[in-house]
Amino acid sequence: MSPTAYLLLSALLFAIGAVGVLVRRNAIIVFMCVELMLNAVNLTLVTFSRINGSLDGQIMAFFVIVVAAAEVVVGLSIIMAIFRTRRTTSVDDANLLKY
Amino acid sequence: MTAPTFPSIDYAALAPVLVVFGAACLAVLFEAVLPLRGRSRVQLGLTLVAVVAALVAVVARATSGAPAVSTLAEALAVDGPALFLWGTLLALALPSVLLMADRSVEPGGAFVADPVALAEVEAESRVGVGASRGGSRSAGTSGGSAGGGGRGARDAARAEGHTEIYPLLLFALGGMMVFCAADDLLTMFVALEVLSIPLYLLCGLARRRRLMSQESAVKYFLLGAFSSAFFLYGLALLYGYADSVKLSDISLAAAGSLRPDSLLFAGIALVVVGLMFKASVGPFHTWTPDVYQGAPTSVTAFMAACTKVAAFGAILRVFTVAFGSTVWEWRGVLWVVAIISMVVGAVLGLTQTDVKRMIAYSSVAHAGFLLLGAMAITPAGLSATLFYLLAYGFTTVALFGLVSLVRGPEGEATHLSAWAGLAKRAPVAAAAVTFLMLALAGIPLTSGFTAKFAVFSAALADGMTPLVIVALVVSAVAAFFYLRLIVLMYFSEPAADGPTVSVPGPFTTVAITLGVVVTLLLGVVPTAVLGWVEGLSFLT
Repeated sequence: MSPTAYLLLSALLFAIGAVGVLVRRNAIIVFMCVELMLNAVNLTLVTFSRINGSLDGQIMAFFVIVVAAAEVVVGLSIIMAIFRTRRTTSVDDANLLKY
Repeated sequence: MTAPTFPSIDYAALAPVLVVFGAACLAVLFEAVLPLRGRSRVQLGLTLVAVVAALVAVVARATSGAPAVSTLAEALAVDGPALFLWGTLLALALPSVLLMADRSVEPGGAFVADPVALAEVEAESRVGVGASRGGSRSAGTSGGSAGGGGRGARDAARAEGHTEIYPLLLFALGGMMVFCAADDLLTMFVALEVLSIPLYLLCGLARRRRLMSQESAVKYFLLGAFSSAFFLYGLALLYGYADSVKLSDISLAAAGSLRPDSLLFAGIALVVVGLMFKASVGPFHTWTPDVYQGAPTSVTAFMAACTKVAAFGAILRVFTVAFGSTVWEWRGVLWVVAIISMVVGAVLGLTQTDVKRMIAYSSVAHAGFLLLGAMAITPAGLSATLFYLLAYGFTTVALFGLVSLVRGPEGEATHLSAWAGLAKRAPVAAAAVTFLMLALAGIPLTSGFTAKFAVFSAALADGMTPLVIVALVVSAVAAFFYLRLIVLMYFSEPAADGPTVSVPGPFTTVAITLGVVVTLLLGVVPTAVLGWVEGLSFLT
């Protein structure tokens, strides 16, 4: 199977994640969509690693996984903190700061 | 089986970064083992010593004439611009740390980690110390001390302020230093996250106006993660194009390659979007006003000055080293971005009623000016941008330091109407604000004028005349809202129940004085620094 198909799949996943960030209301789901984008990038990196015949892309995918894990810890704790004061995770309700 | 070869590490060149990260790890250890009483003094001392030591190391390296090196398997380039940016970051971190550490204006410091602890503090201030048994029960789960009996320890913690900010600040600072010296895109991505993640947390720690602070943290976090995903996808596409993420390899591949250009252009676009977001340029600025307003003011000062320096340092390096060979392909797009940034910053700045938001929009306009210099990719453009970053950083830190002094009963009074007639109540503070506002507007004898002049003349020399004309018009428009604040302070009657200007403690005084003096010196005798930045060039 041609590796191009994987590139298309990862581009599709990235686009789905980006649209999800823009249209979903729940902060947790928005965050999951960001994670989907990061994992789509991982698939791209591994595919290019295969196409280029070098291992660099696969190593980079590990870096991305570690960074994404660190981001999850901090992100969920921030969302938890705002949930405890507001009792909601909807990003539409956080509207004190505007214009 | 061949033995693995390890990359050589030039410890002397990396010393400043190692000092900052080492101190950050030590600070985390202190956070775990030191008793509450006295911890904040130790943490503050450690942070200041680390920043000053790193600054000394940078200056020693810069004056020793050591050659530019690319070390750690060519992941970090320690060259002239990198050293200048490191020096700028550390010099700006110093007043920022002092602003964060000051507890004279807000007893207990401007930070609190837990809403429950805050509720207790407010209950006590309302009911009085003797009658708050319920409040002290709820705080037993949060005070950081074991068990519910440590009333004295909790009081100590409150008096000492929260010390988590120091390790967070050091990690962010280390990330910024790596970010602007990174010689490959992967290192740059990791540094981007190392600098961003502590900042997300710092934004949410305000003692006053917690909901706004937390909201700003959530917004910054979600949008920051979104934009780093874009940066990362750009990295992946450039890796596919060049088979390497080293900046110089990307430039080489772009100069002569039979690979499809779509990969290259999409990669450049996505990487640039990620960088522009961090630098709060043009259409990618939407997080800036909200986060600047919601975050604790001392954190805003740090973020506004240092993040901008780090992000533009990275932008300069990426433009020059990686995308220099394709400059004619992407420059047209950046013309539009720079115009949008300048116009949006100036026009929306006119409509603001909050001082912090107004400075945020002014920073968007300034990002547009900086982009003019960064786009030029000439030695003049590089040196002008570096000078601009130094000048803008000190002005902004001092300005936010002054904003934190104007206080009403509800904490900082940032609404413009609260600033009416401020000069009659606090002539010195009002004079300092006036001077800094004039510097932001770019009036001669301030650093803002020299910086703008350098950037505009570099852009003009590189054939960007239309952009410079737009920039001059925008400067005039932006001058209106800077001057409006000055007029408001001097020519209005103060409201009877208006805010007071607190007498700053020694830390804040030092920070503000440093910012004002540097702003003045860079305006009156800029030649020393200009002479230094002129000879700098990136290692390619």
